[in-house]
Amino acid sequence: MFQVRIHGRGGQGVVTAAEMLSIAAFLEGKHAQAFPSFGSERMGAPVVSFCRISNREIRLREPVQEPNAVIIQDRTVIGPARAFQGIVSGGYALINSPEAEYEDQGRDDITMKCVGATEIALEHIGKPLPNAILLGSFAALTKIIQLDSVLEAIKTKFSGAIAEKNSVAAKIAYDRLA
Amino acid sequence: MLHQLEGSQAIAKAVALCRPGMVCAYPITPQTHIVEHLGELIHAEELWNCDYVNVESEMAAISVTIGSQAAGVRSYTATSSQGLLYMQEGVYNASGLELPMVMTLGNRAIGSPINIWNDHSDAMSVRDAGWIMLFPETNQEAADLHIQAFKIAETLQCPVMVCVDGFVLTHAYERVDIPSPEMVDDFLPHYEPRFCLDAANPLAIGTMVPPEYFMEVRYLAHKKQLGALKIIEQVGKDFYKKFDRHSGGLIRTYKTEEAKTIIVAMGSVLGTIKDTVDELNAQGEKYGVVSVVSYRPFPAEALRAALAHAQHVVVVEKALAVGTGGILFQELELPLKNIVRKISSIIAGLGGRAITKSMLKYALKQDEREIFLGLDQNVVAEKIQLVKSCCCK
Repeated sequence: MFQVRIHGRGGQGVVTAAEMLSIAAFLEGKHAQAFPSFGSERMGAPVVSFCRISNREIRLREPVQEPNAVIIQDRTVIGPARAFQGIVSGGYALINSPEAEYEDQGRDDITMKCVGATEIALEHIGKPLPNAILLGSFAALTKIIQLDSVLEAIKTKFSGAIAEKNSVAAKIAYDRLA
Repeated sequence: MLHQLEGSQAIAKAVALCRPGMVCAYPITPQTHIVEHLGELIHAEELWNCDYVNVESEMAAISVTIGSQAAGVRSYTATSSQGLLYMQEGVYNASGLELPMVMTLGNRAIGSPINIWNDHSDAMSVRDAGWIMLFPETNQEAADLHIQAFKIAETLQCPVMVCVDGFVLTHAYERVDIPSPEMVDDFLPHYEPRFCLDAANPLAIGTMVPPEYFMEVRYLAHKKQLGALKIIEQVGKDFYKKFDRHSGGLIRTYKTEEAKTIIVAMGSVLGTIKDTVDELNAQGEKYGVVSVVSYRPFPAEALRAALAHAQHVVVVEKALAVGTGGILFQELELPLKNIVRKISSIIAGLGGRAITKSMLKYALKQDEREIFLGLDQNVVAEKIQLVKSCCCK
């Protein structure tokens, strides 16, 4: 089972990101479970969501405490939300940041990558919404899901021009880490 | 067809497949997404011949649903927590009037202190209200139980409440098989009311019942609930035949055959419990699990049969009767008396407190009659100290 924890702030689409990730995995025939950190969604407040991906039925419903990957949509929550806590050895951290502007976590057993998703979003979507974009980078980094599945999942959550813009941006973010 | 859906969407789609003629909506977290999605399905004409009624309160929601069902229309509503408390007078009326309506309860804690997260306190507040109460473990079962709920309700002339864990299920995306309309139509025929309010054929319902008859009315309600045990089991079997999926029934057992300790629970926590049990059994332990699907009527006999060989029964529940303890625990104590030597209670997940495998493993190792899972004794001690220091002045 591959477990993902997504950190960000209310309004950034943290919960939607986990849902899209689960849809992408479902489209590949996998079992997937996405859920929010239950009711804490308020604009600007730190928000956490979770996604589990497995080849078997997923019964476990506890919060993800030992993620294989974390996606950090807003690097200002890293400290307060202890966003790196519990990442398993060999795991991944994907950070929305144009460069490595975050406190060194002293973890050389995990792969950390930065992508300036907000900048890509402002350029291609016109709004600072990094959630779908980071899923593109996530696909390239972890290879747990295919980019095509991410693009397909984006279409289930957004429509028309917004979906198109998010897809273009997600592809760019994919290429940055591919 | 398989979909990756939010629990609320899956429930709304299942309700729509049952073709209600009236959906009454009043928002309260975490149930709101269900009625919102039903509104969208009606707007998109995926559900037609259905009135969507927005009301100003939960008291109105239950009242409109009672009125609509009494007028002979298959009717549905949903609520959570304080919303259920606000409609409680109507909850009793619906069962007293023998109206086969269906309601989803998105299980949530009750305030004060206000808390929007999941536990079973709201459901427990109406456990004696004469409704049939079913607890699904997954979103697949939540969807399936709604289809079964209309069938059970209309067969028995009794309202059914499907108690779905708020957030844990209502807001979780997972794989759900939504059956075809034809299959559901075949399973759940067009609703033919046994009686209805009709100006052309006047009749009165809900009239006053004097002492000469009231005892009989309540006795009959009790008999009806006990008789429902057979119907619920049968509907679960019929559902399996039609949809090739085990959902519903009275209880379900998991690895109980050789178990020395059996854990009993209701709702979404069962998945985490089963994973915990698998890990413990891999280390040579002998644990099993019994899921209570039908909480009302209470399947005492089925539970007795499933638990009789256990040395120890542990009841894990998301509710607490302040002043007495675990509710499901107490309801099991009597049926298991002189059969199971040891029975203990784990109160867990109140107000949305996470229930994890490691917490469960730790608790199962304790030899205590009553455990509050993950209770922070420091917070408790601080609060007691604070109250003391305030009172002394």
